[in-house]
Formats: sequence, C-alpha cells, structure tokens
Amino acid sequence: MGMTHVVDRRLNGKNKSAVNRERFLRRYRHHIKKAVADAVHRRSITDIERGENVSIPSRDTDEPIFHHGQGGKREMVHPGNKEFVTGDTVPKPPGGGGGGQGQGQASPDGEGMDEFAFQITQEEFLDFLFDDLELPNLARKKLKDTEAFKYVRSGFSTQGIPAKLDVVRSLRGAHARRLGLGGARRKKIRRMEEELAALRSAPEDLDPAFSHEDQIKALEDEIADLKANVRRIPFIDEIDLRYRQHIKKPQPATSAVMFCLMDVSGSMTQMHKDIAKRFFILLYLFLKKNYKKIEVVFIRHHTSAKEVDEEEFFYSRETGGTIVSSALKLMHKIIESRYSPAEWNIYAAQASDGDNWNDDSPICSKLLADSILPLVQYYAYVEITPQDHQMLWYEYEKIQERFPQSFALQQIADPGEIYPVFRQLFERKAA
Amino acid sequence: MTDTIDRPNEPKTREPISTSSEWTFPLIEKYDEEIAKCAAEFGLDTYPNQVEVISAEQMMDAYSSVGMPVGYHHWSFGKQFLSTSKGYQRGQMGLAYEIVINSDPCIAYLMEENTLPMQALVIAHASYGHNSFFKGNYLFRTWTDASAIIDYLVFARNYVAECEERYGLDAVEEILDSCHALMNYGVDRYKRPAPISAAEELRRQKEREEYQQRRLNDLWRTIPKLGEDDDPVSRKKRYPEEPQENILYFIEKNAPLLETWQREIIRIVRKLGQYFYPQRQTQVMNEGWATFWHYTLLHRMYDKGLVNDGFMMEFLQSHTAVVYQPPFDSPWYSGINPYTLGFSMFTDLRRICENPTDEDREWFPDFAGSDWLETLHFAMKNFKDESFIQQFLSPKVMRDLKLFAIQNDDEEDVYRITAIHDDPGYRSLREKLARQYNLSYREPNIQVWNVDVRGDRSLTLRHIPVDRVPLGDDTNEVLRHVHRLWGFDVHLESVENGVVMEECHCPEREPDDAD
Repeated sequence: MGMTHVVDRRLNGKNKSAVNRERFLRRYRHHIKKAVADAVHRRSITDIERGENVSIPSRDTDEPIFHHGQGGKREMVHPGNKEFVTGDTVPKPPGGGGGGQGQGQASPDGEGMDEFAFQITQEEFLDFLFDDLELPNLARKKLKDTEAFKYVRSGFSTQGIPAKLDVVRSLRGAHARRLGLGGARRKKIRRMEEELAALRSAPEDLDPAFSHEDQIKALEDEIADLKANVRRIPFIDEIDLRYRQHIKKPQPATSAVMFCLMDVSGSMTQMHKDIAKRFFILLYLFLKKNYKKIEVVFIRHHTSAKEVDEEEFFYSRETGGTIVSSALKLMHKIIESRYSPAEWNIYAAQASDGDNWNDDSPICSKLLADSILPLVQYYAYVEITPQDHQMLWYEYEKIQERFPQSFALQQIADPGEIYPVFRQLFERKAA
Repeated sequence: MTDTIDRPNEPKTREPISTSSEWTFPLIEKYDEEIAKCAAEFGLDTYPNQVEVISAEQMMDAYSSVGMPVGYHHWSFGKQFLSTSKGYQRGQMGLAYEIVINSDPCIAYLMEENTLPMQALVIAHASYGHNSFFKGNYLFRTWTDASAIIDYLVFARNYVAECEERYGLDAVEEILDSCHALMNYGVDRYKRPAPISAAEELRRQKEREEYQQRRLNDLWRTIPKLGEDDDPVSRKKRYPEEPQENILYFIEKNAPLLETWQREIIRIVRKLGQYFYPQRQTQVMNEGWATFWHYTLLHRMYDKGLVNDGFMMEFLQSHTAVVYQPPFDSPWYSGINPYTLGFSMFTDLRRICENPTDEDREWFPDFAGSDWLETLHFAMKNFKDESFIQQFLSPKVMRDLKLFAIQNDDEEDVYRITAIHDDPGYRSLREKLARQYNLSYREPNIQVWNVDVRGDRSLTLRHIPVDRVPLGDDTNEVLRHVHRLWGFDVHLESVENGVVMEECHCPEREPDDAD
C-alpha cells in the first residue's frame, strides 16, 4: 500500500490545448476569415465584440486514412436479435449502398455531419477582423487592451509617501496600539491606586510588620514605575502609519459621439457599403476603448441628408445626385442641439465614392474648416473608389494641410487600406 | 475468497469510510488504500499509481491529445479540442469520468466534478483494473515500455518544436499530416520492436543520420552496369524482396528525398503508432477487465462494510449505464459496446469456473470448475480481443446478448442471417465475432510491394482485399500523403488471386494512360 500518489492538478494550466487550437485556426484561417466577414456584414457596428460560430465543410477538416469502402461481402455480428433465425433474408433498402454501419449518421443536433462547427472567441474574432483590415500589432493591442488609466483608491497600506499619509487612520491605529500595549498596566495602576486609597483611609495596624507606611511606599513606588512604563509607550509609532493606496484602473474617459456619414446615392453599391461598414467599425472599436459611453449617429445623404438608424443606413438604396454639404450641415445642427463639445468628444467618419456636385465641394470645405473641425476631435474621410479623384477630394486635401491633427483622408479599394486613416489617431494616443 | 459478488445485503456492522458524496483529498486517499487492499486480495499486480485530480477544462485538454499527457502540437488535436468542448458545453456529451495512461507510474485523471462514489469507481476501474491490464497483458508487455513513454513524449514534443523553429510551421505540419494518414501502417505486427526510450533516441539520432545517408546512397546508386538491365531476371527482382507491412518504416528508411529531420518525425509518429497499437487490439478485453474489477472491488468494499447503500446505489447506476448495450434496431445503437461484451465475458468466465453447467464442461473442459482467479488472469495476460473471443466467448454470453450475424453481399439483393445464438450457430458466430476484431479484417491490408529502383523510382503499394471489399473514398487523399513523403510517383493496386482489380495513382493518371 501507499504506492498511490494523489496529486491536485487543478491549479496547473488548463490551456494546454491553446496552441493546438491556435494551430487549427491558423490552418483554416481562410474559412474563418470568410465567416468573420459574413458576421461583420450581418452584425451591427456596435455589436462587433463577441465570438462567432464558424462552420467548415467536414471534407476540408477530415484526416484521411486507408479504410474499407462499400461493397464486397461483409459479415457483421450484432446484438439484440428478436426474431431472426439462421437462413432468414432481409430485403435491402432500395437505392442500394446501405449495409455497413458507421458511415452517414446524422449528427444529434441536426447540423449534419458534413459541417465541422465550432466557436471562435471574441478575441479571435477581433484578430481575424483586424487581419482583414491589416491592422499593425501595436494598433491591435491598443484596441484590445484599455490604455487609459485612472487611479482609484484601494484600501490602505503600511508603506507610502508622506503625501498619501492618512492622518486620522494613523492616529486611530496609534490610539489602539497604546490601548493595547498599556491597557493591562493602566488597569493595574487603577487597582493599586484603589488599594492605596483604602490603605490611607484605613486605621493603622498594630503590628509594625504590617506598617501602612511601608506598604504605601511600596505601592507608590510600583505605581510610579508603571506610570513611567506607560509613558514610555510612544504616542505614535512607525507601525501606526497608514497610507492611502491607489491602483491603476482602466479608465475610458467620458463620453464620445461618433458620426457616421455616408453617401447613399445610386453609385454606392453594397460592396462599397460593406467596406464603409468596416471603416465605421474600426472607428467604433477605437472609441470604445477610450470612452465610457459612446453614441453613434448615422447620417445618410444623397441630395439631402437624413438621420437614420443603422439598418436603414447600410441597407437601403437611393438614386440621384449627391450633395455632401447637406450631411455636413445636418451634422453641425445635431452637434449644436444634442452634443455640446464641452461634454462630448466628437468623432466623425465619412464614406463616399467621391461623387459630389461640383459647386458643392467648396461649400463642404468651408463648412468643415469653419464650423465642424473646431468642434471635433477627429474627422476621417475614406473615398471608396479605384477611379480618379474628383473635386471633393482636392478640397479635402487642402483641409488636411490646414488641420493635419484632426483630419485624415484616404482613398481605398479594399478593406486593407482603411487602416492608414487611423494611423494618426493611434499614434497620437500612443504619445 | 468465497463471497463478494451477489451478496449485497448481508447483515453486518457497517462502518463506512464516509457517508457524504463530497470528496476530499484525505478521503480519496483513504478509499484508494482500501481499494488497494481489496485488489491485493484478488492478486491484481499493478504499476504504482498516480491519481491526478483535474478540472473539466483540463479533462478536455487531456481528451484532445488522445490521452497523452504531453504531446507535440498539431492542428488535429486542436480540432479534437474544439469538437469536445462544443459537445460538452452544449451538454450533448458528458466527459469520460476518467482517462488512464499506460505509463509507470500509471497516471489516472479524476474530474473534480465527480462525486465521491464516482471517484472510487474510477480509481477501482483505472488505477487497479486498467493498470493491472497494462502491466499483465502480453501485447502491452511486448509493444510498449510503460516506464519510458512519458520521457519519450517529452522528447518528441521538443524535437517537433525544434523542427518548427528551424523549418517553419507549415513544413512540419505537412510531414505530420502525411504521417498521421499512415499511422496505422507504422507497426511491424510480427516483429518485436525495440522499446522506446528518449535517452536512447537522442544518442542514436546522430548515428542514424550518418548511417542513413550512406545506406540511401547505396540503394539509389543509379548508374546501372552495362547490360544489367537487359537481364530479365535482375529486372524482375523486386525491392523490397518481401512485401513490407510497415509502410512508415519503409519510407523512413528508403524515401530518396527526405531530409534527416523529416525521417525523425516519421519515426516519432511511428513510435506513437506502436504505443497505441496494443490498445487498438484489446479494447474489449481492457475495458471488460477494468469494468469487471471495479464491479468486483467495490462489491468487496461493500461486503467489508466500508461503503453504504447510498454509495452502492450511485455506483450501480453508473455501472449499469456503462455496460448498457442498445439492441441493433435501437436509435442509440452504434455497434457492440466493448464494455458490455468484455464485462459479460469476464463475469461469465468466473461463473464457468465457480458454477459450471454441463454445457460449460463440454465447451470449456480445460477450465470449467477451475480456480477462477487463475483462469481470469491467464485470459487477461495471454490474449488479444480476437483470440480472447475465439477462446472464451461462451454460448451463454451469446444467448444473453442475443448475438446474430448478418451478411451483406453486394452481389445479392438481400441481407442474409448467417448465424444466431443457437446450437448450430454458436461456433460460427464466435468465429465471425472474433474475426470482426482482427485488425487486418478491420483495416485494409496494404503493403509495400515494389520500388522501381532503376527506373522512375516510383513506389507501388499492394492492397489485398478480403471478400472483395474495396478501399474507401479517402484512398486518393492518403496516396497524396504517401506521395509527399516518397517524393516520386506512387501506385496502389488491389490484387485478388494475382489479378490487379483496381489501381490508384498519385499523381493521378490521364484516363488514356490508365487503360
């Protein structure tokens, strides 16, 4: 006996499979990327941070081995015979095949065996999304961690700098210590003082061996000793000192509002809008890490602008021309009525295919420079088109020269080109 | 040893070890101590035990590395993990109560969620049942070295990791994928292999490197002597002269283009295949043996008054679930439950020894009425599933399980019942069931047939079908893996009675070529 060794392994790492899981995701990244892209299309931009179900055709994940196929002559032994006797025959089901066991069972959840389904976590989801956007690592990290901190109180410690000394608590501690150390002696002093008083008031004993005088003297000496002793207990000692302790707590600043402006005129296809959506998502994720509360305002425009909900924003189509300034004007109006720059950090992201009514572009430029940019933290513009620039772009370029800190623009043809728009933003926050 | 089974309610003063179903470490130790005493009474010889308590997540980790406590990294283990955790989270499947590893000391995992009776059941089942099987059964004794496996696994993991570092994840993954496809063909069935040892591996790695290159150069010396190719006899001579069933070994030693590290990885997969080889052939016996012993040991505990009725109720409930055999026409049916078959056989073996009937004396004259412990140990030590069934499956077990054989011949339009659990059927039924557990019946018989040493260096594998059963639809996929390892054309021919019935090629041939 005693050969058995019982070990508690529960505290050992539980993520032994993490690497293997990561290897699996790596191998099937194309499938997963597609699932993530579909999810991005499906989900709201404020609902990007959760995992996702992914299905991969089983034939892609199968590990082939040599095995028997259908056909030939097979014999199998089975349990639970009820009425068969040797020599019985059972007609084969029509359609042939059939027979051997194993192959072709339905899975219990009805997903069918031809799909290998699994879940990726929120973190993995974001990683694939960022891959899609070709986000550099530093930026990824910033989006995944919270970088702003606030110091919050977190109890007391016995060490610290004088500025953090908590006087009341330290004195309270000192008092308690004095009581603790001196209490017994004080009690004794009190008792002896009573005894002393009793002796003094009592009549003199006849026996000189019990002379009051000696006893009083002895008591008085002892009391003096004890009192000196008590006095020696320091009023405040190093161990009484208490310092307020603070820890860093992630601190998304306050509130932010994000304006999504998008051209929905006839020339914007669904593909354009999907790219735009990624652009908005990225801005949203960025803001989410930095602000406690975020509101999103969707403004769509063709020749006139309208505030809409997300569904309508991304999925309804209009025809006709484009007047960008209509959206800028509406945004300005909304800021004035609902989002005072004193309370809100204002961000704006505009997506368009570059079309604008020519006479309108200088108006946009003026609106931006005079009324909008002074109010906002950052304004990002993406032009989703592989074609040549039009008037609006050149006007915006001038704006960027004047406001390099708060204005960015980029022409993109696929999602990987969105990120540079944000580079400045990340760099600024990193500084 | 006269009592134990089937005498549950004997009045006796009971002093159960515990009455709550909450486990604690001291309680687990106490139970283990008592179970060990019972096991010793029955003469179970085991490796020392190591019992590790783990969480459900850790159990899933253990699952996905096919029960290896350390393993190299590969996406297929990640896939296993994903499907396990999905099933578990949705409540579609419970996790196994235990995983046990054939190592010295024998490692058994207990899940922290288990109740105390379950922990006791697992200890009896794994740490004494499986453990004594690992130590006693001839296949395990021959093919695995329990004391070396953990070191070897560590060695393998480090080696693979080093290769990944040096040659890149993709290159290593490709080789591993290809090796896994052939893992079941990495064993010499009849030759006793050298035991695996990490230290030895390291020492010999260098030697092999040099030797192998020399040997390869000899084999592939391609400048033929003048006139030799015209000699019909030398042309006909095959290499290898005898067909080789250990395909991975053949490739490791002979593939012309592989680099040394690739050969080492083939070797690692081959050694793991060898480690799992006995398990693939003793499932019925191993599970049956462990189940028989958890049943017997815990009843013995009950007889000694060490556990109470509540404990037994819970234990019997899970025992019953484990040995449940759905009939062939049930929606839950997925083949013969090895726990049921094995447990029934060992239980019946004991009955045949203790209370033989006339039928038993006729069927098993050698051991009907003999000492049951000796007979059970003899059976455990010297057989594998196929021969165990052939030798010990009794008419009573066939009747109890209502076994019957059904034949599916693609040349007939009916299924035929060829034997049932009756007098004329017993022997043939037993033979058929035994054959079903024969590895070479379960898996296609494929061997290395020839290498065109002087020609295009192509490798030809030969498949010998049994009863015209063809190869499955993965075959071309697997051949691609063989091709990746071999580096030159690969052919596979199915040959019945000397006639090539079917051929596969990688790279695939144009239809014109094939004709």
